[in-house]
Amino acid sequence: MVDILVIGSGGAGLSAALTAKQEGASVLVVGKSYPTTSQTSMAQGGMNAALGNVEEDHIASHIADTIKSAHGICDENMVRKMCADGPQVIEWLEQLGVPFSRLDNGQSGISSVAQRQMGGASAKRACYAQDYTGLKILHTLYDNCLKEGIDFLEEHYLLNLITHEGTIKGATFLDIRSGEVVKIDAKSVVIATGGFGALYHGYTTNAYGSTGDGIAAVLRAGGAVSDMEFIQFHPTALKHSSLLISEAARGEGGYLLNSDGERFVDEIKPRDIVARAIFEQFEAGQEVFLDVRHLGETKLMELLPQEVELCRLHEGVNPVTELVPIKPVAHYTMGGIDVDDVLEVNGIKGCFAVGECSNAKIHGANRLGGNSLLEITAFGKFAGENAYKHAMFAKSTPADDTQLQKDKAHIEKIYSQECSINFYEERDKLGKLFYDQVGIVRENDKLEHALHEVITMQVALSKMGIEDQATTHNQNLIEFLEFSNALLLAPTVISSAIARDESRGAHFKRGFECEDDERFQKHIVLQWNKDAQ
Amino acid sequence: MKIKILRSQTNTHQEYTLPDGETTLLKALTHIKATQDATLTFSAGCRASVCGTCAVRVNGREKLSCAYKVQDGDIIEPLQYHPVLRDLKVDKQPAKKTLSTSTAWLHSFQEAAQNHADEKMSERQTDCILCDSCYSACPVLAVNPDFIGPFALTRAYRYSVDKREENVKGIIDNIQSNGVWDCTLCGECTAVCPKGIDPKMDITMLRSTSVQQGYEDPSFSQMSFGTPDFGGGGFGF
Ligand SMILES: Cc1cc2nc3c(=O)[nH]c(=O)nc-3n(C[C@H](O)[C@H](O)[C@H](O)COP(=O)(O)OP(=O)(O)OC[C@H]3O[C@@H](n4cnc5c(N)ncnc54)[C@H](O)[C@@H]3O)c2cc1C
Ligand code: SF4
Ligand code: SF4
Ligand code: FES
Repeated sequence: MVDILVIGSGGAGLSAALTAKQEGASVLVVGKSYPTTSQTSMAQGGMNAALGNVEEDHIASHIADTIKSAHGICDENMVRKMCADGPQVIEWLEQLGVPFSRLDNGQSGISSVAQRQMGGASAKRACYAQDYTGLKILHTLYDNCLKEGIDFLEEHYLLNLITHEGTIKGATFLDIRSGEVVKIDAKSVVIATGGFGALYHGYTTNAYGSTGDGIAAVLRAGGAVSDMEFIQFHPTALKHSSLLISEAARGEGGYLLNSDGERFVDEIKPRDIVARAIFEQFEAGQEVFLDVRHLGETKLMELLPQEVELCRLHEGVNPVTELVPIKPVAHYTMGGIDVDDVLEVNGIKGCFAVGECSNAKIHGANRLGGNSLLEITAFGKFAGENAYKHAMFAKSTPADDTQLQKDKAHIEKIYSQECSINFYEERDKLGKLFYDQVGIVRENDKLEHALHEVITMQVALSKMGIEDQATTHNQNLIEFLEFSNALLLAPTVISSAIARDESRGAHFKRGFECEDDERFQKHIVLQWNKDAQ
Repeated sequence: MKIKILRSQTNTHQEYTLPDGETTLLKALTHIKATQDATLTFSAGCRASVCGTCAVRVNGREKLSCAYKVQDGDIIEPLQYHPVLRDLKVDKQPAKKTLSTSTAWLHSFQEAAQNHADEKMSERQTDCILCDSCYSACPVLAVNPDFIGPFALTRAYRYSVDKREENVKGIIDNIQSNGVWDCTLCGECTAVCPKGIDPKMDITMLRSTSVQQGYEDPSFSQMSFGTPDFGGGGFGF
């Protein structure tokens, strides 16, 4: 039995693992892919910390900006903790060897880390490593995990959590290579499986695997989820491929233009406002473009080399001389596993959740750019510490095989399931349905319609088996399981959106355009009714 | 448009027909899996050239599927010198071993003044996405599976030039055997890297640091000057 089982090996999981290991715990990190392939690698723009290296900045301003962006539904103490931890976390990453971009200011240590402006920030606050911030942080964390001799199990897909009398005991996994279902016993579990943006399949900047598996597992195990309706749309994704053009493009002075060549919004406003402004242009029959031509080739290649390449490859345009066609797409899921102020899952003792899968009530109704990388590292460390504290006193009797047998039977059943409906087509349909009906601007009848469609899909799931009958390396099976999880989460998003008859942050509803603090300054928490099962 | 993909079970190239129009290889593979053949197995993640998951060989050359535009007649195969797990999916676990062996991390941190020029010292190297393309292209791995290989050496180089590293020798010590001297400097790794990284140059630099640290080219000392064989091999030119 390991002390701490970390599920998910993105920035959050690796930060937790490193910290727990340094505390002295035995740690095992399990992921469905390889650590360095996690979505964290995709983060481009930067990571917030009020260092004040470029212009005056204060932790208090970072806190204020975050609270403002959250629109009244964050936990101010959690925000304070995260923002206050910012400089220390940059220091930690500096010591691990993260290759931050630097200033020529003659300083040493973190005082020379360069900072840029991101939307909604009152100062140049985001530390970055060119436009590969997430990649470079993730790989450096990984290098340090290897240095510490942390154990990894790659290609193990989380199926379910194992609990006994409300306390975590471990989890079951499908070993993707062998096809076997295995159980891993642990005293504490840290879930760091990332968000569920891939629900918007085809209309998201997220990686294919961001299907909310950990969140679904928590729901099945009796834990709670909250704020599921708050989904952030990033204003500037490439029109055809939905690939992200980082906010840094606007932070560095890029404009948004419509087909008539007019600017129509202050580009460095928070994402929800900019995304809606673009949506309104679409409704008025306009196309929208990002214009960075005036920044010049040298500056573009220096600051946004990755984006320049993506535009050329996927959109066939050269941003140095041409306008870049864009659209807003789903980017970040603010809601997720409901956790308390030590990141312990509401409803499951000894189980912690951190990163995009968790709702630590930091981002509220809208996340500020650069706050997620801070959250995954600052709170990743915090989760590692807390998981360690729990493990020290936890019982070491392993759970019985009930869950394991159940999951084995479930996988076998999928193999024999009827396969008359192609779930890949349904996955496309779900993505489009969500973009159209549960998107940037919502309406109650559309939401009701979407809920109806999703329930129909859930019923039809039993006819959507897998064609590939191989037991080993069955990616078809994994994608089926991922899609099942997406379908499990879909109604939680829609029902919360229906319940919230107001507009707040990323959730905007026609007919209810204002914030209604009296009725809705609260979290919508959902949990499965076990008795009804 | 037709492309051929090497299937592991039959060890034959299977032909697939794609709808006309420009598309990335990754989209093509996803399309095939979703609509024609759910058993076709490959790996993918970000579709934005940054997670390193999707590298394959196209007509004998390493490419990221998500960054390659398919052409009629393309032949798609898995990476070389990696155990093929299924179809285009290969075992990338060896990376964990080579990175650990080369101890590619900061050995001993010291606070240092850093400026923009220092950042540039290893900017390219830290762009590495661990896609394994360079391993697939490296001829040394065909004969010596224990070779630490290009990306691990590039990574070791990255940390060795970091001003925050107080113990450069610590890194250099660990890349001597099956490391810097085993490379033939053929440059294949450099030619295929999708991120424009130049592992060959990094290895050359590591050799000179090795010499500064008191190491010498082992093939020099072992070489018998009695034979006329001066070509290739460990000599490194
Ligand atoms: C294109 C893009 C750009 C971004 N830019 C920025 C930015 O500039 N600044 C910022 O602050 N934020 C940014 N973000 C957001 C930020 O990158 C993410 O929120 C953050 O990286 C999430 O980290 P994580 O560790 O929680 O999850 P992830 O990095 O998504 O990792 C999840 C891990 O869980 C594993 N996993 C998932 N399901 C299972 C399962 N069933 N079984 C086993 N393992 C599983 C995955 O394999 C993976 O290892 C960006 C996001 C995207 C998509
Ligand atoms: S050096 Fe280049 S080819 Fe090799 S793994 Fe890194 S990115 Fe891929
Ligand atoms: S230069 Fe060296 S590392 Fe690169 S491919 Fe050739 S032998 Fe391999
Ligand atoms: S899918 Fe991530 S590099 Fe191609």
